[in-house]
Amino acid sequence: MIRKQRRTSHLAFPDAAELKEPLLDVQDLYTAFHTARGLVRANDGISFTLDRGRTLGIVGESGSGKTVLTRSIMGLLPNINLERSGSVRFAGHELMSLTPDQLRDVWGTQMAVIFQDPMTALNPVVRVDRQLTESLRIRLGLDRGAAHETAVTLLTSVGIPAPEQRMRNYPHELSGGMRQRVMIAIALACGPKLVLADEPTTGLDVTLQAQILDLLATLQRERSMGMILVTHDLGVVANRADDIAVMYAGRIVEQAPTKELFSHTRMPYTEALLRSIPRLTDASHTRLRAIPGRPPDLAALPPGCPFAPRCPYVQDRCRAEEPPSRTAGAGHLFSCWFPVGSTEGDGALARNVAAGVPAAIAFTGTAAAAAVTTTAAPAPVPPGGAPTGGDA
Amino acid sequence: MAGSGTAQLRAGEDILLRAEHLVVGFGKGQRRIQAVSDVSFDVAAGETLGVVGESGCGKSTTGRAVALVHPPDAGSVRFAGIELTSLGARELRQARTKVQMVFQDPISSLNPRRRVLDSVMEPLAIWGVGTSDERRAKACATLESVGINPTDAGGRRPIEFSGGQCQRISIARALMLEPTLLICDEPVSALDVSVQAQILNLLDDLKRDHGLTMVFIAHDLAVVKNVSDRVAVMYLGKLCEVAPPDTLYRHPAHPYTAALLASIPEPDPSAAGDGSAPLSGELPSPSNPPSGCRFRTRCPHAQDRCAQEEPQMRALGPEHFVACHFPLSQPAGAVAATPMADSSPGGGRRTTAPPSPRASL
Repeated sequence: MIRKQRRTSHLAFPDAAELKEPLLDVQDLYTAFHTARGLVRANDGISFTLDRGRTLGIVGESGSGKTVLTRSIMGLLPNINLERSGSVRFAGHELMSLTPDQLRDVWGTQMAVIFQDPMTALNPVVRVDRQLTESLRIRLGLDRGAAHETAVTLLTSVGIPAPEQRMRNYPHELSGGMRQRVMIAIALACGPKLVLADEPTTGLDVTLQAQILDLLATLQRERSMGMILVTHDLGVVANRADDIAVMYAGRIVEQAPTKELFSHTRMPYTEALLRSIPRLTDASHTRLRAIPGRPPDLAALPPGCPFAPRCPYVQDRCRAEEPPSRTAGAGHLFSCWFPVGSTEGDGALARNVAAGVPAAIAFTGTAAAAAVTTTAAPAPVPPGGAPTGGDA
Repeated sequence: MAGSGTAQLRAGEDILLRAEHLVVGFGKGQRRIQAVSDVSFDVAAGETLGVVGESGCGKSTTGRAVALVHPPDAGSVRFAGIELTSLGARELRQARTKVQMVFQDPISSLNPRRRVLDSVMEPLAIWGVGTSDERRAKACATLESVGINPTDAGGRRPIEFSGGQCQRISIARALMLEPTLLICDEPVSALDVSVQAQILNLLDDLKRDHGLTMVFIAHDLAVVKNVSDRVAVMYLGKLCEVAPPDTLYRHPAHPYTAALLASIPEPDPSAAGDGSAPLSGELPSPSNPPSGCRFRTRCPHAQDRCAQEEPQMRALGPEHFVACHFPLSQPAGAVAATPMADSSPGGGRRTTAPPSPRASL
């Protein structure tokens, strides 16, 4: 089934260093699935560009469409019940118009993906050796010996001790961190110019997560690759991405250079997400500013802004009209009628607090009115509130 | 780390749970491995003990051993004055109604074939508490208190709910028998960040309203800090450090705690010092743990002594206990980057576990 001879390349790719345009240019990408529940709009008008050597962090909760986005960019989605439009330009080629056969020249050698769960992404009945050398032999046309040598070098470069032994192991004989390193080695085997890392550290321990993220950053620097780092954890991208795009309900709701995003947050969702994370710098028992409700069903989106039902700043306009993408300084885009830190936004929040909108009260932590919010939350305790000592 | 010893235990009447020299193993004969070896801790009534560590460190096993879901090989578990390990099956079942657990995966911890209300009523039905109507009323009230509308949700099945809602239902079920101790085993690690905050706030409210005592097991140090009154750090079946969260996070004394803290990605790009990964390598196998201190193979400060002698728990401050021969210096306050300049802050009390100044709290 596996063809061992080298495939002849159909497409020519310029050297990334000579590229005049961005490495990856996604414009108005739309991906939707026909399901029994109706049309699920997983990506709705996604646009961004990525230069070589840069890292774009894509942040979103589960169901926000971030994984579909990586698959859609690569053209990996099954063609059944799928609607896909827009433009994905990679290194001078429009990927949307390529045939599946041509796409195979892109995968692996130009663009590679690191999947989330290494246990299911690796073939459990094939040794690491063959999983690593397969693409080297098919794509690069190396012979058995050369492919083996390259694979050992790759395993060494991703920090696997005793690589010769590991080559003979099956995936289940490796620990979780090891497996993820093997996944990275496979993705980088053919020297791609762009790596899409889809939650590469989810499910790993914090110490391993730090190791893997450092490894990715080092490899990216050495090879000056472009990287898209998809994650649900803002902490993961805060120190590792040049730009961050925040996704909600299939759209990019805010996009900015990393520092700008954290220091001048405009989108209420981004702000709420940041505030809901427990911080090490906070004293223990600090009450968290939870976002009420949950992400919307992509098959039945509310009219207007998709975040409106949970938003502390929400006004009537948000429920009726979808906010357009607006700019705030260089490279900072957001979609909101009443942005954080603006006079409109402050006014909207103040009105909502006064009117007792639950989201606004939970967000600002207004203690007096909080009793009305939900059945689950009696008046919040001041930070560090004394634990009840009574023995039941 | 590998700390054994009981210096961290407190005297006093308000101790609800005290586990001493807990040993839990898996496997048979020669191949039996110790997932938890000689762990001692206590929880005061109304307190939340956070247990943190990497996967495989034995934190979940500890939680299960306390509830005797997995009976310990050795050691004692005293709960509300009763020695649980000496009870017979009947008495244990009775005693365990006051110890309830909430598990990690909210969806698989509910029976998919049963309606939510039936699942929540089940504990009462098993114990024959009240009439059917009373049970139903109580289940509805409890569901209401965790933020689930019983009239709307009671007749539906778990598949119709999101992870966060299922976790609320699991919590409601755990509260039905009015437990005094709630053991939460990674209750939020399967949830999205926005929902995670809701559940953490809910647990905090319930703890106050029901006067609960909690053992909160998690791998996320920020989450543990948020909910705990006292934090125990575990590594490879042993305790490393026990301290109140604010002390532990400001002045970690154990090199492992410092490394864990340094690994956490802070959601703030201006947070300085995101250096390289402070810990290399992976957790050694518990079937062949390192001699002496179990952390020494990955410890940046390991010395010869660490390989020969297992450190005992000892007091650094009134509520701060550490099992390390060379704890990081405390007063300086500098954390992960502190070199091992002064390796003997303890002065005289180094060779054996000191007679701890059984702190008042």
